[in-house]
This record gives sequence, C-alpha cells and structure tokens, in this order.
Amino acid sequence: MNKKLVLAVAPIVTFIILVIFFWFALEKDPKKLNSNLIDKPVPDFKLSALQNPERVYTTDSLPDELFLLNVWGTWCGPCHIEHPYLMKFSQKYPVPIVGVNYKDKARDALEFLEQKGNPYSMVIADVDGQLGIDLGVYGAPETFVVDSDGKVRFRYVGVIDDRVWNSKILPVIEQVQGYPLEQVQKEVAENDSEGMK
Amino acid sequence: MKQLIATIALLVSLQAFAVIETYEFKTEEQEQLYTDIINELRCPKCQNQTIAESNAGLSEDLRYIVYQQVSNGSTKREILAYMQERYGDFVLYDPPVKPSNYFLWFAPLAVFIIIFIAVLLKVGRRRVKPEQTGTEEE
Repeated sequence: MNKKLVLAVAPIVTFIILVIFFWFALEKDPKKLNSNLIDKPVPDFKLSALQNPERVYTTDSLPDELFLLNVWGTWCGPCHIEHPYLMKFSQKYPVPIVGVNYKDKARDALEFLEQKGNPYSMVIADVDGQLGIDLGVYGAPETFVVDSDGKVRFRYVGVIDDRVWNSKILPVIEQVQGYPLEQVQKEVAENDSEGMK
Repeated sequence: MKQLIATIALLVSLQAFAVIETYEFKTEEQEQLYTDIINELRCPKCQNQTIAESNAGLSEDLRYIVYQQVSNGSTKREILAYMQERYGDFVLYDPPVKPSNYFLWFAPLAVFIIIFIAVLLKVGRRRVKPEQTGTEEE
C-alpha cells in the first residue's frame, strides 16, 4: 500500500520539480551571459577622445558619480535603434552616459552623432577594440552601470528601450545609489550650487 | 543501403573549419598550442561554436589575441585565464569544478548511484523471496 502511494506520488513530484525548473529556465535568455566584471573596477585603458584624437582618456577621466558606460558603433544595427532612447534618457535623468565607440571609424561615428545628436558626456574611441575585449563585450550595444567608486555593478547586453530602462536599468541605479533617481537630480543641483559658492 | 551509407557518412564527417586567416609561428609547438587553444575556447557571440570554427568578428579578434600571446611565449594556462577573466567560465569548453556547478558535475553520478542501489535492493529481494516462499513461479 505504502509502496503504491510512493509510486503514484513520485511521477507527480518529478513533474512539479521539472515544471519549476523549466519555469525559471525559460525566463532566462541563454544568449545573455553574466559579466565577469561585476563588482570589479572598469579595466584600465588609455585611449583618445572621439572628438579630439589628441586628448587621452584613462579610467581617471571617467565621472566620479554613478554613470552608464555604453558600448556602441555605427556598424551595429541595434545601436541605431537604441540611440533615440539614449538621447531621451540623457535629457531626462541626471546620469552621465559615457560612450565607448567600439571598432568604428571616427569619421562615421562623428557624422552619426552630428546628425542624430550626442547623448554622451564623453566618447572614448576604442578603435582596435581592446577596451571592448577587456570589458568582455560580445554583442553591441552593451551598457554597464558603474558606481561612484568606479566599480561595475550591472551589465545589460542589447538595446535599452523604455521597457528595459524601467525594468532593469532604473532599479539597478536606484538600488546602487540607495535612493530614487528623481531625487538625485535635485541633489546634484544642490551640490552644484554649493560648489559654486 | 546507399541511403544508410550516406547517413553514416554525414554523421561521421567532421565539421569544416571556417578559419580564414593564417598566422606564421616561430615553432611548430607554438602553432600546435595556438590550434589547441582556439579549439578549446567557446565563442561568446555564436554560442555553440569554438572560436576556431566561428567566423564572427569577435572570434577573429580573439584568435588574433591568442596568436599574439602564443607568439609572446604565454602558456596555455595564462591565455585561458586571460579569456576567463573577461568572458567568464562560459568561454571555456572545459569549465572548472566549483560550488556553483557542483550540481552539473555530480548530479549524473548521484543519480547513477541511487539507481544502482535501488536495483541492488530490488534484485537482492527477488533472489531471497522464491527460496523463502517456494511458491513463486519461475
């Protein structure tokens, strides 16, 4: 009797375990890999500015506050789709976006920004793609959330649109900072005015 | 018969390599090392290919890096560590055993042991029963 009960319950239990497993597995996109840089500093680099080849950027040139690091190129189709969203976010939120122009021709990149607008506070020209390799970039566009200590806290592979911004990027920014983003705008403004005194 | 042979031939044949560029090495050992390494690294972009098979731009870049490092005398371990540092365990076709993947490594063994014990118990019981009762049909 007991044995029969076990035999009857076992398949059901196995089934439930499988359903739970698949439920979570299906939600995950196997094409999205975890970044190995999480909680590590942005890798060292020494690259020139896109707009001015004589100006050299290093990790010291990066913003002291929380910022987004966006890897893009004009050869990358999805980057064209993402661009208007970056324009919007750069105007709406007080979070600097640093661009890494990945394996691109400077002329094309400059033309692109000229025509469609420049959402970036600075653009690093990674012509030979070494910074991209060091960042573990495998599919542009990729966006990293970097905290005020210069540590990478999150990486998103793919186009950031409104849905991704609201469901993935914004929560991470707010969690890293510990307070909602709207308040940041105020505080930044206050800090700035204090700095002016 | 012909169909069978054709099917077997298709199953047995190896995948063609898509490597376009050729690199010059100082020694044969270096060339061998290069080939070894590119066949052991997984392309992060095109997930089920090695960087030797893949013709994605990223794989080309990674092959070039492997070539440079091999030429500079780096060991296999150093080069794999370089890649792992950037792309994680995913990039290794032979990933290390560590707590987060114990389940993957040891679950098959555990399942095998459980089934083995279950079978042993079952068989053992069956052997004993006919002798005890003597009424079971053979």
